[in-house]
Amino acid sequence: MESALEYHLELYITGTSPNSVRAINNVKSICEEYLKGNYELKIFDVYQLPEIAQREQIIALPTLIKKNPSPQRRLVGDMSDTAKVLRGLGIVIND
Amino acid sequence: MNQKKSKSLPDPTIGLLQKSPTGISGLDEITRGGLPLGRPTLICGSAGCGKTLMSIEYIMRGALEFNEPGVFMAFEEKAEELALNVASLGFDLEQLIKDQLVRVDHVHIERSEIEETGEYDLDGLFIRLGYAIDSIGAKRVVLDTIENLFSGLSNENILRSELRRLFQWLKEKGVTAIITGERGESSLTRQGLEEYVSDCVILLDHRITNQISTRLLRIVKYRGSMHGTNEYPFLIDEEGISVLPVTSLQLDTEVSTDTLTSGIATLDRMLGGKGFYKGSSILVSGTAGTGKTSIAASFANAACLEKKRCMYFAFEESPSQIIRNMLSIGIDLRGPIKDGFLEFHASRPTLHGLEMHLVSIHKKIKRFKPDVVILDPITNLITVGSVSEVKAMLIRLVDFLQNEKITVMFTALALNNTVNEQTDEGISSLVDAWLLIRDIENNGERNRGLYVMKSRGMGHSNQVREFIITSQGLNLVDVYLGPDGVLTGSAREAHILREETGLALQDQAISRKDREISRKRKVLEAKIAGLQTEFESVEEELNKVYLEEELKAEIQNKTRQELTERRIGKEAKNKVQSPVAKKK
Repeated sequence: MESALEYHLELYITGTSPNSVRAINNVKSICEEYLKGNYELKIFDVYQLPEIAQREQIIALPTLIKKNPSPQRRLVGDMSDTAKVLRGLGIVIND
Repeated sequence: MNQKKSKSLPDPTIGLLQKSPTGISGLDEITRGGLPLGRPTLICGSAGCGKTLMSIEYIMRGALEFNEPGVFMAFEEKAEELALNVASLGFDLEQLIKDQLVRVDHVHIERSEIEETGEYDLDGLFIRLGYAIDSIGAKRVVLDTIENLFSGLSNENILRSELRRLFQWLKEKGVTAIITGERGESSLTRQGLEEYVSDCVILLDHRITNQISTRLLRIVKYRGSMHGTNEYPFLIDEEGISVLPVTSLQLDTEVSTDTLTSGIATLDRMLGGKGFYKGSSILVSGTAGTGKTSIAASFANAACLEKKRCMYFAFEESPSQIIRNMLSIGIDLRGPIKDGFLEFHASRPTLHGLEMHLVSIHKKIKRFKPDVVILDPITNLITVGSVSEVKAMLIRLVDFLQNEKITVMFTALALNNTVNEQTDEGISSLVDAWLLIRDIENNGERNRGLYVMKSRGMGHSNQVREFIITSQGLNLVDVYLGPDGVLTGSAREAHILREETGLALQDQAISRKDREISRKRKVLEAKIAGLQTEFESVEEELNKVYLEEELKAEIQNKTRQELTERRIGKEAKNKVQSPVAKKK
């Protein structure tokens, strides 16, 4: 079932900072709207897992990494700019 | 170093700023102890000036020499590349990482992969750095080059406020940090990092003059501490960075009254019979081919024979060339080299800039600790600097050597032959003793005349001596002052020969006369002997007559007696007969 999902997303946040909270909400709503049923979103708290920051080359937070489909993309910020988030995720909207 | 052990934030109640020693030779002297402890320091400079190397050396030396773990956050190079780079300086980065003394975190940031979608901060960097620091208990942190963030992320406002927060955070962490920054057009760094790092700023430069590059270091600012303000040359070699502090130009060096022989006994006699003072500086100048190097080599050899250590910097010939050439005048330098008393360093002056030469000479002297240093010839240095620069460099060198009580001999090529115009890079006023060798051209040949122009603090000969180089060594002889002026070379020898001839002739004349007298005496003695013989024969003749007369008288007397007796008629005819026979 999981392998069939097209979008693998990882969101890195820092606890409950305003940016993080906004980012979680924004990512969730965008995914629900555009990728419903076709995505997997993992959320990591970098405060809890500091070693992951080095492994994943994380500098700015919040960061959303699109692992799949390739190419891999990184989105930083609170994801409030929906158009940029969609562009970053490679989603073309036909409005 | 004891201060280091406290490893705490600088206590504001203590007036003096605590420092974190870098271990980089020379830098700690300039900064009076090192970088400000627990504060960020900015090292800036153009590409290739050694920022990364200096910062990694700070981390490596911290780990190795001061037992302080360090974190190196690289925004440009990967850990493997860094390990390779420092391996060339003899550091084993991999091992230090294994020993938990160093941590390298490579930050990869690629603009094309990143989409900025709103508000963000650099907490990721903080967390990474914090994790790295805490995991090994780091006291030293390097961020090389943090400005790369500006190329990866576009929101400058966020970056700037985050950087300010980062430096504040580093201070709170109590780590001593180095931030490197690329030099900008009009400011110290492209992104104006100097605004945030206000405690200590070190500027590295790479200057090229006459196609020769010199690395220079300057402390632009060091809040709360004294520091050297000059530009200091520094050198990157197989042992890392070494900075040359310009020695304090105070004239308070202690002096010695011990002397060192020059290796030429006759020259020592010209110098008050002892030679040169220990720790003094000697200049040997002269035109081409006058034997300056020979004097220098002879001095070096003499020092080595007295079990002194000697270091020979050659700027013109290779060591083997000098050794071969000196063999031809009976000086064998191979022995002292083998025994470790003599060390040669030959390099073309154009190898480095002047300052670099000074740094490398410093380093070599510090390592070898010689008693005697020879620079042959200093005039070649002029190819890499102006006269005044060479002079400034030599002043600093002499100053350093005098502090270390090292005797130094410079040789200098004089291009003109006029003593008054002769300045020899203007250092003749700097040196303690100055030997000048001049060509004396006469009778179609060239000879060398040696003068002692000056020799501070000792009576010295004012005479010009002829300087002779033979296969047995060097020698000085008195020049002849004849009716035709000063005689040197073959003219002098001819003069000596003439004098010797005259002496021989005179000797002969005297001995001939002596012989004549003795002959005359013999003749006279012979004559005396003849006369004596003559006299004896005459005397004998006379004696003979006298005896005959006596005999005759006796016989007559006897005869008369017998006759008388016969007349008396006593005895027979026999007695009468015998006197008759005798008579016949």
